[in-house]
Parts: sequence; C-alpha cells; structure tokens
Amino acid sequence: MRRNLIIGGALSALMVLAALVSFVWTPFEHTAMDIPNKLQSPNFTHWLGTDHFGRDIFSMIMVGARTSIAVAVVAVGIGVGLGVPLGLWAAARQGGWVDEVIMRGNDLIFAFPSLVIAILITAIFGAGAVNAIIAIGIFNIPVFARVTRGGALPLWAREFILAARVAGKGAARISVEHILPNLANLLIVQATIQFSLGILAEAALSYVGLGAQPPTPSWGRMLADAQTLVSIAPHMALVPGFAIILTVLGLNLLGDGLRDALDPRLRVART
Amino acid sequence: MNLLSIQNLSLRINDTLILHDVSLDIAPGEVVAITGESGSGKSMTALAVMQLLPEGSDTTGQITLDGQDINNLTEAQMCALRGDTVGMVFQEPMTALNPVQTIGAQVAETVRLHRPDLDPMGRAAEVLTRVGLPPDQVPLTRYPHALSGGQRQRVVIAIAIACGPKLLIADEPTTALDVTTQAQILDLLRQLAAEDGMGLMMITHDLAVVAEMAHRIVVMQHGAVVETGDTATLLANPQHPYSKALLAASTHHVTLPDTDTSAPLLRVENVIRDYPLPRTKLFQSPGHMRAVNDVSFDIPRGGRIGLVGESGCGKSTLTRAILGLEPVQSGRITLGGDPVFSAGKPNLAVRRRMQVVFQDPYGSFNPRHKVARLITEPFHLLETQPTATERKMRITEALTAVGLSPEDAEKYPHQFSGGQRQRIAIARALIIRPDLIVFDEAVSALDVSVRAQILDLIADLCTQYDLTYLFISHDLSVVRTITDRVLVMKAGQIVEQGDTEAVFTAPQHPYTRTLIDAAPTLPERTEHV
Amino acid sequence: MLRYTLKRLLSLLVSLAIASLVIFVVIEVAPGDPASFMLGINAQEDTLAALRAELGLDQPKWQRYVSWVGGMVQGDFGMSYQYRTPVAEMIGDRLWVSLPLALYALTLSTLIAFPAGIYAAARRGKPGDMGVMGATQLGVAIPNFWFAMMLVLIFAINLRWFSAGGFAGWDKGFFAALKSLTLPAIALALPQAAILARVMRSALLDVLGEDFMRTARAKGLTRGQALRRHGLRNAMIPVLTILGLQFSFLLAGGIIIEQVFYLPGLGRLIFQSISARDLIVVESVTMLLVFAVILVNFAVDLAYAAVDPRLRART
Repeated sequence: MRRNLIIGGALSALMVLAALVSFVWTPFEHTAMDIPNKLQSPNFTHWLGTDHFGRDIFSMIMVGARTSIAVAVVAVGIGVGLGVPLGLWAAARQGGWVDEVIMRGNDLIFAFPSLVIAILITAIFGAGAVNAIIAIGIFNIPVFARVTRGGALPLWAREFILAARVAGKGAARISVEHILPNLANLLIVQATIQFSLGILAEAALSYVGLGAQPPTPSWGRMLADAQTLVSIAPHMALVPGFAIILTVLGLNLLGDGLRDALDPRLRVART
Repeated sequence: MNLLSIQNLSLRINDTLILHDVSLDIAPGEVVAITGESGSGKSMTALAVMQLLPEGSDTTGQITLDGQDINNLTEAQMCALRGDTVGMVFQEPMTALNPVQTIGAQVAETVRLHRPDLDPMGRAAEVLTRVGLPPDQVPLTRYPHALSGGQRQRVVIAIAIACGPKLLIADEPTTALDVTTQAQILDLLRQLAAEDGMGLMMITHDLAVVAEMAHRIVVMQHGAVVETGDTATLLANPQHPYSKALLAASTHHVTLPDTDTSAPLLRVENVIRDYPLPRTKLFQSPGHMRAVNDVSFDIPRGGRIGLVGESGCGKSTLTRAILGLEPVQSGRITLGGDPVFSAGKPNLAVRRRMQVVFQDPYGSFNPRHKVARLITEPFHLLETQPTATERKMRITEALTAVGLSPEDAEKYPHQFSGGQRQRIAIARALIIRPDLIVFDEAVSALDVSVRAQILDLIADLCTQYDLTYLFISHDLSVVRTITDRVLVMKAGQIVEQGDTEAVFTAPQHPYTRTLIDAAPTLPERTEHV
Repeated sequence: MLRYTLKRLLSLLVSLAIASLVIFVVIEVAPGDPASFMLGINAQEDTLAALRAELGLDQPKWQRYVSWVGGMVQGDFGMSYQYRTPVAEMIGDRLWVSLPLALYALTLSTLIAFPAGIYAAARRGKPGDMGVMGATQLGVAIPNFWFAMMLVLIFAINLRWFSAGGFAGWDKGFFAALKSLTLPAIALALPQAAILARVMRSALLDVLGEDFMRTARAKGLTRGQALRRHGLRNAMIPVLTILGLQFSFLLAGGIIIEQVFYLPGLGRLIFQSISARDLIVVESVTMLLVFAVILVNFAVDLAYAAVDPRLRART
C-alpha cells in the first residue's frame, strides 16, 4: 500500500509548492480587478477563469493555499505544543489527580461543539486569521493530549520503562527519553489528520466570513462569493471546492500511508 | 479405522512454507500430543484440521476426519462439522469468550446450531455441570468477566463438547493457567475423552504435560514431524536428535557453585503493602486489598533464593517493593542495613546495588535504542559517570560475560532472538555489578532449549561474579535447579521457606504440597543420553 | 447500573456548571457594550445608564451569572437586548428547524454508514471494500457547505426537484417541511457518514482479530454469522463514541448549512445576534448547544453500559 503514501505525498507537496511559488510568482496579481473580463470560464489566459470582479482564480487559489496552510500549521502547532506535554504528564501520573484534572478538562473541551465555539470566539474577538487559528488550535489540544496519553499508557506498563525506573530515572526523564520517541509515529499520523481538519475548519470559518479578512484571499471566502453566482459561474464554486478536497484528501492519504509505513506492527499484519 | 488421518499435509502462508509433509493419525478414544517449540507448526496443524487457517494459506495433502476428506468439503459443510464432529479449545481463556454475552448463551449457541432437536439452554446447563460449573453455583446468566481463568477455560471446553464431538482439539489449553488450575483442567480433559471415547489432539510445548496426558506423542520441529511414538517408549528412548535435545532441555539441571552465605544482605521485615480498591460508595473511604501481608525473610550475600507462588499471590508486588519502585505501608526492606525507600523516596545509594531481569524478552527494551545505550542505562544510578573508555570496556565485558560479542553493542534489540535478548537483559543487570539481582520470571517466556541455555548462563555467572539473586517464578522445576533456598508465597504471605531440596522432597505446608503435586513431571529416566 | 447512572449524572451536572461559567466569562470579556451598540455612538450618558439598568447590565457580574443560570433552570433565558422578546421564545421557534435537521442528518448518516462499514469489513481487501473505502476517503475530504452548494446547483437549480433554500414550516405539513430539510440533511449527513463508515469498518476489523471470534468460528458459525452475532455488539463501543461526537458536529455543522439554505434555525439566530451584539441570545444559544452535546454524551455513556456488561459491573 505504498500508493497512499505516494498519491497523498504528491497532492500535499503540490499544495505546499503552490503556496511557496505564490510568494514569487502568480499568473496575475491576485487582487487585480478586471471588470470587463469578469466571470470568465477557464481559458488560456485565465487557466481557472475569473471571478465577479474579473480577478484571476488560479492566482487566488495559489495565494489562498498560503492562508490555509498557515492557519492549519499554527493550529496543529498549538495542539502539539500544549496537548502532547499534557498527555505525557497525565500518563505519567495515571490515576492520580493530575491525570484526573487533565482528562476532565479534555472531556469538557470535547463537550463544546467546536465549530460553535470557534464561531463564538471569532465573532466576539473579531474575525480574522489569528482568532481563527486560536479557535481551531484550542480544540487540537485535547485531541493531542488524548492520543498522547492513550499511546503512553501501554508503554508505561512495558518492562523497559520498569527497567528505566530501576535505573533511577524519574517520570519526566522517562517521558522524554523513552515514551515520546515511541509515540512519534502516532503523533505524526495524528498531526496530518488534524492538519486536514484544520484546513476544513478554516474554510468553514472563512465561508461564514469569520476567517481571514479581505484582501487576504482564502478558499472559504471564495466559496462564499461564489454562492449567489453558482448558477451562472459554477467554476467559481468548483475550483476552490476541488482545491480544498484535493488538499484534505492528500493529507488524509498521506496520514494513512505514513501510518502503514511507520508502524511495523501494521506492516506485519498485512503480509 | 482412524478418526483423524493427516497425510502429507503441507501448508504455505503467503509463500512461506509453514508445514512440510505432516502425517499423523488419531484413533477414537486416543489422546495424541503434538509437541515442539514455538514455530514448529503445531498450532497450524490444528487449525488446518479445523480449516480455520489465516488468509493467504494454501494447503496440499489430505486430511480425513471421520471418513470425510475435508479438503473436498464446502465452507458450509465445514461449518456443519465444526462444533459438531470436532470441537476446539484455545490457549487464552481470558479472551476466548465473547465479553458481552452470557456463558449460557455462548454454550447454547453451539447446541442451537447443530442440535435443533435439543433445548439449547437445558443442554447448556447439562454441559456446564459436566465441566464443573453447575448452574446453581455458576448461573448461566454470568458474563465471562465475572469468572476466573480456570472457570472460563471450563466454559470454552463446554462450548467445544456441547454437541458431543468425536474429536477434541486442545491448543495449549493450560499454558495460561496456574499450576493447580492446570492440573484440574487436564484432569477434566482426560476424563471427558475417556468417558465419551473422544479422540483428543493435545497441543502443548510442555513435555511433562504430554507425559501425563497422552497415549502417543508427535514431535514437530520447523513445520515437520520428526518423530512419532508411544508416549512411554518415546520419552524413555527418543530416537531423533531433536527429541533427545528437547527432552534433555526439559529436564535440564544446572550445578551451582558453593558459596559462603554467612553475611546478610537483603532483609525484608514484616512488610505490608495495601492497594486501595476502587471507590464503591461516593462518600465512604474506599477499601484496601492487602497484596503483601506481613512478609519477612533474609537474603544472605551469595544466596540464591527462589520465590514461587501462583498468579495474584503478591510476588510481583513484593518484587516492586524490594526494588524500591513502590513504598510499603509498614515494615522495612533494607539492603546491607540501608532502607531501599526512605522518607517517601527511593534511596539511590541502595538502588544502584540492585538490578532486575524481566520476563518479556520483547518488552524489556526500548525498541529505538541500540544495545550499548540499553545496557548502560543503569549507569544513570552512579554518582560519577564512567569515562568513554571505561564505558566501552564495561559494555564489552558485560556482553562477553553473557555470551554475546562486543560488536552487538551497535545493534538494535529487534535484531536478536528471544534468548539473545534475555542475555542482553542480564548484561544490563550485570553492568554496574550489583549486589543483588532480581530475576522476575526471567525464563518463563522462553522455549525449553533456550531456557536451558539461560539457566546454564546464570549458573556460570554465579561462578564468575558471586551472584546473589532472588529468582521469582511460577515454574517449580526451574526454581528447583537454580536456587538453594525457596520461599513459597500464597495470598500475600510466605507460607513456607527452607532449603530448596528439603522443601521439594518434604514439603511441610499443605499448600506447598498441593503445588508440587499439581505440577506435571516427566518420568525419571533410567538411562542418560 | 443505578450507581453507574448516578455517577454519570453527577459528572453531567458538573460539566454543565463549568460550561456555563466558561461561556459567561468568554462573553463578559467580549469587547463592546451592548447598550452603546444599541443606542449608537451619539447616545447620552444618562440614556445609556437607564438602558443598562433595564437590561440588568449594572449589576455585579456574579449576580448576573447567578440570575442567568437560575433563570435557565426555570426555562427563562432572559430578554433579547435587540428585540425585547423572551429569548426562550426565539430559541423555541428556531429549535424546531435545527433539531429536526440534526436528527434527520444523523438518521441518514447512520443508515448509510452502518451497512457500508459492515459490507467493507466483510469484504476486507476485496474490490467491494476498496470501493467503499475510496468513496469514504473522498467523503471525509468534502466540506459540507461546498457539498450543499453542489446539491443546490444540481437538484434545485438544474433539476428543480427541491427549492434552493428557505423552510416551508411545519404548519405546511410534515412532508413539505421534511422536503425543505432534505437537501440540507444530505449535505450534512454524507461527509459524516463517510467518517462513521470508516470507524465501523475498523472497529469490526479489530473485533475480527479477537480470540472469541475464532471460538465462534470453531463452533460452526459461518464468517457472516460470527460477524453479526459476536462482532457487531463488540464493535459498537467505538462506534457509539463517534456517533455521540457526530451529533455535536451535526448541530454545529447545521449552523453553517443553515447559511447555505437560508434556513431560520439556531445558526442564523446566532449570527444575527452576534452582529447585533445581542449577547444574551448568543450566550443562551451556545449554552443550549453545549447542553445538547453534554446530554448526548450522557446518553452515549448509558448506551455503553447497555452494550458492555463489564462497565455495569465496574461501577
């Protein structure tokens, strides 16, 4: 099943490449309006057509990839940066009050419908990319805390951890030296999944106008713009939609592929 | 006519040859043991008879069961056969039952499938009574989690015999059980086979179990049958070199050097260790489970002490307390006069004088570290870290001492076999030259031939290093050969202690007697090979 | 079982208490004074003060929290700053759109996902499995609001089978109302069904590897019988967890889908209230959604115990 890894990797790489290239080159200035050429279908000049202001959709998609990736990366970073240490801490104190408090806190965050709270946060503290990142990132914390704790608990029961304790090592040192390296695969896979969910969430928030604000282009807002024009210019909805789908699909396939490639147990089970 | 006849059975799973020209017969009422070490293909032979092989399997050869060539049967015909003509009992009773269904329903299901004329629940009650679980004591409405391991295995047996099969296949049915429970389950199987005239295919790695159960033995190695014969004859006079080696390893004895045991080292005094039980009432303080109850004993320098007992007797808890991994509620544990746990903290000065070797050769090492890093982990306990040259020297010394080569230091644990890993574990314990080593079921997960090698190694090291150790095991025959003194533990207490030979030949406590009687033994052999 | 239920109930109440506090605090620190927002920037200071007093904004914060929570317990969600009507009434009307939509979507998602997941697990590695897995892989990647736009484009604009938006109202008859919720429900349900089907499949495959499945086969059950009689119930535990989470997604996802279809549900209410700084409405709607999610989690916990006798015994 190397196929998942290759297709997923290629799609994800394509998206990152589009974002990087957009810093130095786009076919048109993505903010340049050209009313006479508005709502054009894809053609040789405008490869993916133009929107209702005559802006080049291909250029907007490229620059929009930057927004999506930036929001998702930082949101995953928040989740990993806070969730992983919390999960390690909880696992090291399994059954104790620290574990109880951390896991109860997690349950509580899970009890909030994430998108509603994200809408609430962005609505109250102002729409924009930074608040969107925070809103999405907060909900990544319990995900990573849970995955880390869940992966760490069986490790704590393993004899090599007992051997490290007999060697006089403390919980913090064991967590960093023995637990974390053995969780790396799990966390990488989870990170790709959260990354793809982050892109979906960012798109949803910008669609309702609470994500990145104009003139920063974003795929979600392009879809919002397309909504009223969908019957006369379907490409305005199709193109950003496909961009989102391909990116998320690519990341999910990459996650599956990495899991298969990194987890030796799964590899054994398959042969 | 034979009940089961396997002719030239070969099996490939995804193009790996697993079984090679296996032939064997079982007559009605006959108990045939298939024995061999892990990877010998004994379980696969059983699954081939059941036609429950893993996906990607490809078999050739002939299997005739009760006059039918099962290779020619459709899957539907096979389903009609399974549970009716042939029943199977598995190794792991803790997971072999559906956790969300009552035991009555699980037994009744077999009946309903194959004997629509019978009342399923009535028959289930009958069969469960027969295996020693009468419904007035163990109701049919119990769920598996409420039963002990031995009881669960009885339910699995009840499922297998509910329709009165002609052949019963038992795949390591007692390996996961304690020795006294094992004796009961073996009795039950033997009795059922005799009463019903059932053929019994018994798969086991334990030659002592074979000796007690089987009429005939089939010895397998690397997927092939190497020798078949009548149990008494084969055990008395094995022909094939592998059978000879297996038998020799099963009855392996080591000779320990004499030591002076006058100086005291570890002293355990009136130790009590409680675990809180889960809170059952909201505003009431939870109860306690006393895992170790007023235990006292001494280990002198140079002493080689065994600790035996069944699962749940408190030996693991005691081990953790001795290693200073957990505090005790009362009593003292001292090593050379210093407490292992003082002021709520493990005492590092004492800890560096103790090391441990665990059971699981696969779980004992961080898979991401190389051997050099793994075995030097105890250096963390030292006040001053050894220099690079000294470190290298110590690694070389430790690896050589356990029969590995110094180059192995640069390898990862997965590059070694189970026995080699156990050597690495011993090297890790030796590297800081501790005063006391705890062997916690250190040979229990190994095949007999590997186990014999590791026991030899420990005996060797006793000569080289003047080892003092506590050897914890459920396996009486191993403890008997590798220790001078033995402690017998039951329900958190030491019920008997004394010189190993004395305890084994003339046990004083009834529990010790039960244990020794329950353990299957190989017949004494007159001639030595 | 009773003890288990009581314990879960207690944790439900604690969650609710903390949740209400969090929501209250978040909204309190929100920039913008509702009174000045309502009266505009040129309002006189004394008019503002009068309005604040009328809205209860001059009371200490803790007192406002207590009266808010106390009111909610009695079904009184306060008065909307903007419309001066009871919030409970506003929510009540909108709830009759949002709740049926979420339930409709949940039903659709379950009806699609369960058979698909079971089918894929039974044909593991075969073309049928690959097909289902490929479809779910795609389904997971599709943003539901985009999918909604595509449904509108195809079924409302081109085929004209459904209207492109709006809600017929329950007074126009059950089926008319249901029809206007059908496209939104499909848009919500399909991406969720993809996730659920994947969870179902992998839970079943995990169970298939268990020892007791081999025992079941050794009894003479066919592969399919063993899967149905012994596999499904054991696989339900992870599936129930996801089902519980999905309800929360569906409620929240509904907020966005309501925008696409111009449905007068809680989602539109929340957006209108946010832009009008009608904080009491925002507060109450959020609390209601959180309450629904916590309640569903409670139900899921009870369902666990119904499925798994070990849980019933443990506590």
